[in-house]
Amino acid sequence: MSSLHASVRIILIVFTASLALSACMGAESTLGEGLTTPTDTKVSVADSWVISAESDMTAAFGEITNSGADSVTVLYASTNAAATVEFHETVENDRGETIMRPIEGDFVVPSQESRSLEPGGDHLMLMDLTKPLQSGEEVAITLNLSDGTSIEFIAVVKDFAGSDETYEDDTMGEDE
Amino acid sequence: MTSTQSDNQSHRQGLTRRQLLLGGAVAGAGAVAAVGIDFALNNQTQVGASPPPQLNGDETIPFYGIHQAGIDTSPQTHAEFLSLDLRADTDREGLRRMMRILTDDAARLTQGSPALADSEPELAKTPARLTITFGFGAELIARAQGQPPEWLQPLPSFSIDRLQPEYSDGDLLIQIASDDPLSAAHASRMLLKDSRRFATVRWIQSGFRRAYGTEMPGTTMRNLFGQVDGTTNPRPGTNDFDLVVWNTTGWLAGGTSLVIRRIHMNLDKWDHLDRSGRDQSVGRYQSNGAPLTSNPTTAAAEFDEPDFNATNAMGFPVIPEYSHIVRARSDDPQHRIFRRSYNYDDRPINSEISNSGQIFVSFQADVDDQFVPIQRRLDELDLLNEWTTPIGSAVFAIPPGCNETGFVGDTLIL
Repeated sequence: MSSLHASVRIILIVFTASLALSACMGAESTLGEGLTTPTDTKVSVADSWVISAESDMTAAFGEITNSGADSVTVLYASTNAAATVEFHETVENDRGETIMRPIEGDFVVPSQESRSLEPGGDHLMLMDLTKPLQSGEEVAITLNLSDGTSIEFIAVVKDFAGSDETYEDDTMGEDE
Repeated sequence: MTSTQSDNQSHRQGLTRRQLLLGGAVAGAGAVAAVGIDFALNNQTQVGASPPPQLNGDETIPFYGIHQAGIDTSPQTHAEFLSLDLRADTDREGLRRMMRILTDDAARLTQGSPALADSEPELAKTPARLTITFGFGAELIARAQGQPPEWLQPLPSFSIDRLQPEYSDGDLLIQIASDDPLSAAHASRMLLKDSRRFATVRWIQSGFRRAYGTEMPGTTMRNLFGQVDGTTNPRPGTNDFDLVVWNTTGWLAGGTSLVIRRIHMNLDKWDHLDRSGRDQSVGRYQSNGAPLTSNPTTAAAEFDEPDFNATNAMGFPVIPEYSHIVRARSDDPQHRIFRRSYNYDDRPINSEISNSGQIFVSFQADVDDQFVPIQRRLDELDLLNEWTTPIGSAVFAIPPGCNETGFVGDTLIL
């Protein structure tokens, strides 16, 4: 957890602008309020879950499927459980270490395809949690899509010990 | 097209079959003829090929339903019984979260899908009739602020009992049963990981029956004394079974009760008993499980009704009054239970060579009305008590099943 502490500060500095922007969006996305979920949306999320966390930040996973004829870009995600939500990827850096960092460019789900958000791969980062997320709770997360629609899915919170993670620029990596 | 060196695996197997069938005949034939035979045989093989064998690992038992699975399910070959104690801070809301998580795990794993956050998803793909069944102890129901059934308490202490706390009681029971021990172990691991925040392990018991495929399904099990054990069990799917097993009141409607007792069986002492003595202690032949008033050799005789009035030349009952089946049977038709037991065979202690017995498991709608009267009779007199000792005991309320939108226990913890 301490490495998470260290890295969340760095990321907060780097993404101050997006944080402020998403905070507003987060305020809009209270459960079942003001969200339009068109029935003709072609994007769905299955098997979604969130790692339990007391504070700071955590990760969310699931399977995003686009059954439509056109590819869809996820513009941004939001939840009232966190100030901001970012798409992260897990990549190898110059030193051969596996690190996590915000995805550069668009998060695109091609037509008739699925993209997995999973430990050790792409995932959603819930930054600056607004409350502790306890095992068995449910978190509503909204994806706002390039086709003008948004979808809300419910992720269940689970304890998870796996995938010790290193963040880009997280040079400390030591226990506090 | 002729056969080439780049043939795939299945084709190579086809050639092997052909060589086995035809031996030197093909080797002596011309190349063209050989190819023709090859094609003919391969086509024949494909047309007449039996489909790949249905693997038992792929078999699933439905999870959702009026009743929980793992009760009227034909007993799987392996079972693990996990008894957990709730942590002090697990309140009603915590119970709700715990049962939602555990229900979701069970719903996925039993259908051959990994649980969410499953670190070993490969182990989830062969459920082999996996069932996961939950039971509640009195403490759990109290914390849920629910109404416990009157019978939900430790059984009355019997004179034969030598109960050990490490095999007794608990707040939450999870019965995990599968025809594959690795699948059961994975399910156990996953459920314990997800319950760790809410509860601690009190005891775990692992049991086994015959391996899958050893006997015809439905064959009455044998225990480690060699006895056919469970002949008179009510048959799932019958009205009789429903009356014996399913509770019909309040939040338990569609549920039942589970009594689990760890019965040590003294195999070394049992060794001293001759075949006749063994048969008389139970009232059934060890050979085929038939009552002593029936035929000891034919398989069907197992299910013959015992004639308790039959006497031998000396005027004594053929089935002794102290035998297990006389003592276990009551004139009151309500005194019946459904048994679903497993054997255990653990590492011997000290200088002994066996540490074996039975994980006795029974389901009944009402413990006090059905189980306790039988156990009282056995406690008072049952020759088998000479060789068996209850060393663990627990009673749980088994809530009904749930549907896709609910969770096990949702009739108690709304």
